[in-house]
Amino acid sequence: MATIIRPYGDTMNDGKVQLSFTLPVPCGSRGMEAARRLVHAWGFHECEVVHAAPMSEEFTFFVVYAATHHGIDWDTVEGDRDDSEKSMTMDEINAFIKEKIGRKVVVVGACTGFDAHTVGIDAIMNMKGYNHHYGLERYEMIEAHNLGAQVPNQKLIEYACAHNADAILVSQVVTQKESHIHTLTEFIELLEAQGLRGRFICIAGGPRITNKLAAKLGFDAGFGRGTYAEDVATFIVRRMTAS
Amino acid sequence: MRSKLNLPQDKIDRARALAASICAPVLEFIEQHTTVTVERATLRLLGADGASPDGIPVPNLVVDALRDRLGEGVAAWYANALLQTGLEQAELDRRIAEGFSIATLPMGDRQRALELASELAARNFARIDANRAFRQAKQEEYKGRNHSPLLYLIVATGNIYEDVKQAQAAALHGADVIAVIRTTAQSLLDYVPYGATTEGFGGTYATQENFRIMRQALDEVMERERRYIYQTNYASGLCMPEIAAMGALERLDMMLNDSMYGILFRDINMYRTFVDQRFSRMINAYSGIIINTGEDNYLTTSDAFEKAYTVLASQFLNERFAYAAGLQPWQMGLGHAFEMDPSIKNGILYELAQAQMAREIFPEHPLKYMPPTKHMSGDIFKGLVMDNMFNFVSKATGQGIHLLGMLTEAIHTPFMMDRHIAVETALYVMNGIDAIMDEIEFRPDGLIVRRAHEVLDRTVQFLEEVERIGLMQSIEQAMFADIARPRTGGKGFEGLVPRLETYANPVEDRLERALGLAH
Repeated sequence: MATIIRPYGDTMNDGKVQLSFTLPVPCGSRGMEAARRLVHAWGFHECEVVHAAPMSEEFTFFVVYAATHHGIDWDTVEGDRDDSEKSMTMDEINAFIKEKIGRKVVVVGACTGFDAHTVGIDAIMNMKGYNHHYGLERYEMIEAHNLGAQVPNQKLIEYACAHNADAILVSQVVTQKESHIHTLTEFIELLEAQGLRGRFICIAGGPRITNKLAAKLGFDAGFGRGTYAEDVATFIVRRMTAS
Repeated sequence: MRSKLNLPQDKIDRARALAASICAPVLEFIEQHTTVTVERATLRLLGADGASPDGIPVPNLVVDALRDRLGEGVAAWYANALLQTGLEQAELDRRIAEGFSIATLPMGDRQRALELASELAARNFARIDANRAFRQAKQEEYKGRNHSPLLYLIVATGNIYEDVKQAQAAALHGADVIAVIRTTAQSLLDYVPYGATTEGFGGTYATQENFRIMRQALDEVMERERRYIYQTNYASGLCMPEIAAMGALERLDMMLNDSMYGILFRDINMYRTFVDQRFSRMINAYSGIIINTGEDNYLTTSDAFEKAYTVLASQFLNERFAYAAGLQPWQMGLGHAFEMDPSIKNGILYELAQAQMAREIFPEHPLKYMPPTKHMSGDIFKGLVMDNMFNFVSKATGQGIHLLGMLTEAIHTPFMMDRHIAVETALYVMNGIDAIMDEIEFRPDGLIVRRAHEVLDRTVQFLEEVERIGLMQSIEQAMFADIARPRTGGKGFEGLVPRLETYANPVEDRLERALGLAH
């Protein structure tokens, strides 16, 4: 039997949601009615405009509560990755490498193209890591090279070759005008043109990257928001020992 | 202002003396060199304007043509071209843009050429003087209408005309300062793009025309709101002096200008950056611009709790380099940030301690305080609370320039409503605690006072270490931001040129005389 799920406010299946948005209309009762009708038009019912504030003469900010009848069948939902595959801890990963690989794993990473943001690659690679999850530099059995930001794709590839990398991490933070897609696509094309694609495990990362998107662009995996170093490292070492 | 932290004055004096001693050899190096962008900025302040059909600016064309003579300074050669050809300046620029090389002209009377260059500079300096006078008059007229601290908002659409709409809306929301973020690649371009632009990634190109368009838009809002709106842009990168010159000509009010940011965070050659930052800062100083330094970057790269001393150390160095370029304390928007891990117990108290410490060590400086970014997640509700703890600390410690945090930081470039929420909640907090620091003292042996003393102690130790090793060597050894940069590595090194005995630069002479820096 299908398991239909809906948002939960304070009662099972009440379908309650909170919305906030801006409309290009002046603030007033007409604007509030416009917000209510708009939310209604989206298929919600019990629409309640709880807050309306003018942001200028032409724009109003709204907060609206509403309920939806729509639900979906939980049993048909597939996630971006298998949630039951838990990542190993840093110690487990080090032990795994010692036992199954028997040498240090070399990981090279950078934020490539014109993107100047090191925050993503640093969270995964720097010694300190992020949110109390140590980065790859801290891993005894991983040799991590973080090249920083604004690294040309080709330079990253050359560096990976020179250091005999097992895996390459490509970080993309800026996504304006889909620049991350262009940069990631170029990276894979460069690798393929040089006949090097098979040599490395290629991983894309960034706030707007999903596993599905990365796979579509030709990467082995993609990691988005909420990823820590151990998630990436677990993937790399399992993939290295998979065959 | 009454001291709440009782920081020992002898230690503060010691830190300043160390900073002076650390910067001295670097300043000596700076004096003996020029760079391609120092020469291009000189040309801009002589009035050189225009670009070739494929977009190469006239100052670049001139400097490229005179590449082997930069050690003499380009000003004499440019003025010589005017004398030799007898052309009006605009006509000469047009011909240069079409491909005419002034390097083909022999040098005539060099003294006469330098005198002409001096006259050309006088014209542009008169424009900068008028800008400065206009700003002062408007700030006097609308005195008391700005917020304290100044509320700083960013726009970043990539399209200057779209930026204008968002900037005007932001100023109407209550922003005192509008910054136009630059496109991500611009800091690494060795030229300044020309004309109005509508395409950019993560921001908008800094061009003189874009500056002018935004200035006009902000002046409109200023008159309507009867509140001076500060325009901000970014000098950092490979063209620091040129962007400073453009900012002076178009009456910008603030510029991001850090003495070491480019070296550490953009991998620009250190010699190049040191030379460029001084010339750009002299232009900022002369034009009455408030610089904003980039210490917040140390905390996004390294841990904000452990590396707090690197921020204070950098502030002392930035202050020293700023004095050496003629900037006054009221123009030194030294940077720092609220970036501690939110899970640290008493973390907000440590932030309070450090913000108060910066305030007491730099009492006349309009400190530029940056909001949490590193630990902002997709949880916008918690993020909003973090931003408002930052608002609280900023107001409570009397910061000067307050960059408003966005609840959607790390998600997208701000929606209009994100800015609205930021301003509304900041004004609520700041209004509600207006007099808090007149009411509160810190326990002399308490956690806040102890933290401030510890950071100052650690800073003095760190500066002692840097003095022993030397600033450039320290950068090579990754003592700043955990990033190592070799002396001759990085971008733009090839644009560094030793000055010859015959070097002459009437723009620099005028700046140094006006700023009291003449030898």
